[in-house]
Amino acid sequence: MVTTTQDLREIVATVPDPELPVVTIEQLGILRDVRVGPSGHVTVDITPTYSGCPAMDAIRADIVARLAEHGIHSVDVRTELAPAWTTDWITPDGRAALEEHGIAPPGRDTLLSRGRKSHGPAAPIDLTLSVRCPHCGSPDTRELSRFGSTACKALWVCRACQEPFDHVKAL
Amino acid sequence: MTTPRVAYALALGDDALVLAQRLGEWVARAPELEEDVALANIALDLLGQARTLLRYAGDLEGAGRDEDALAYWRDDRDFRNALLVELPNGDFAVTMARQLVFAAYQYELYDRLRASSDDTLAAVAGKAVKEVHYHRDHATQWVLRLGDGTDESRRRMVAGLATVWPYADELFQPDDATAALVADGVAVDPPTLREPWTSYVEGVLAEAGLELPEAAAPRSGGRRGLHTEHLGFLLAEMQHLHRSHPGATW
Ligand SMILES: [Zn+2]
Repeated sequence: MVTTTQDLREIVATVPDPELPVVTIEQLGILRDVRVGPSGHVTVDITPTYSGCPAMDAIRADIVARLAEHGIHSVDVRTELAPAWTTDWITPDGRAALEEHGIAPPGRDTLLSRGRKSHGPAAPIDLTLSVRCPHCGSPDTRELSRFGSTACKALWVCRACQEPFDHVKAL
Repeated sequence: MTTPRVAYALALGDDALVLAQRLGEWVARAPELEEDVALANIALDLLGQARTLLRYAGDLEGAGRDEDALAYWRDDRDFRNALLVELPNGDFAVTMARQLVFAAYQYELYDRLRASSDDTLAAVAGKAVKEVHYHRDHATQWVLRLGDGTDESRRRMVAGLATVWPYADELFQPDDATAALVADGVAVDPPTLREPWTSYVEGVLAEAGLELPEAAAPRSGGRRGLHTEHLGFLLAEMQHLHRSHPGATW
């Protein structure tokens, strides 16, 4: 019988993200907290990547099911909006797993501008370095579309190997 | 009970909901596949914002209405969105003109609403401002591309801006319900957004080589439930399924 918060967190942490199944909800940074009350009731806090993330219901159901496999049935999964999710919360091993599966992780250096600063204050997310191709490693890539197959991804293509790839955009 | 805070959450939520529905109409009709995806993604962000805001309005109201009840069972006179977001899509340039006007407004709004004394509104804004930054950038790129493109794209961009311009003013009008909330640090005073909005939009138009549209008589009424004839048709499509089959899921 698992009862400690640490045990519970380790169980919940293995739930994969439905849209990026190569990483877990822990690696993606959307699992925020796991608590257990005196009567054994478990509360799990998750946060969406984007306001309209359609995967939240699936994630909630997966967490409940995963805990049920371990005999834990008294569970609340709560969605917290604040603090707002940021790609900085993706763990180093999460970033490595994304790249290994052909998805370029978000940029880390957010100090260099893409060069369009003429309008309004520079916002923290309008800053992207060249994205490295997850297939061949070339930095010679370009954005095809800011909006990709899911809310958190943009569509890029590599000029060196010509392969298109998904890029988790900085947020 | 419809308190000022309920009315405010409804207005913000209805703006997002109605524009999400409009943008969804582009899916499979946009000029290129990437735009189908982009507009669907923007619509999804707005829908997510709308769901949280309407759920919050329903909770505050305390009459047992959830987000679905508010989205599907209100008639047009009960919607509080600005007229701008219910305008028909027109051609792609009209849609991009509306996107620029609205996203630039929503960005300034959410940027300030992050500091709201209302924790829920502050959380919604803190999340959404990052998304809307992408929306504004998307519209900006298109206005530059069309305005600074061919004679035909430029002609259409000019016409698109002229179409939506009279509806921008409503976004910045003060109203009684909001005034009470501004004093408590809950809401952002709409008139304070006009200057930063103007500065951004004028910058984009200047870079695109476009003139500011000529001043036209401002159109308003949406915040008071007085809508154009277009909203009724939009709602009929959006609400039909739920009203015919209450609680349907798939
Ligand atoms: Zn490559």
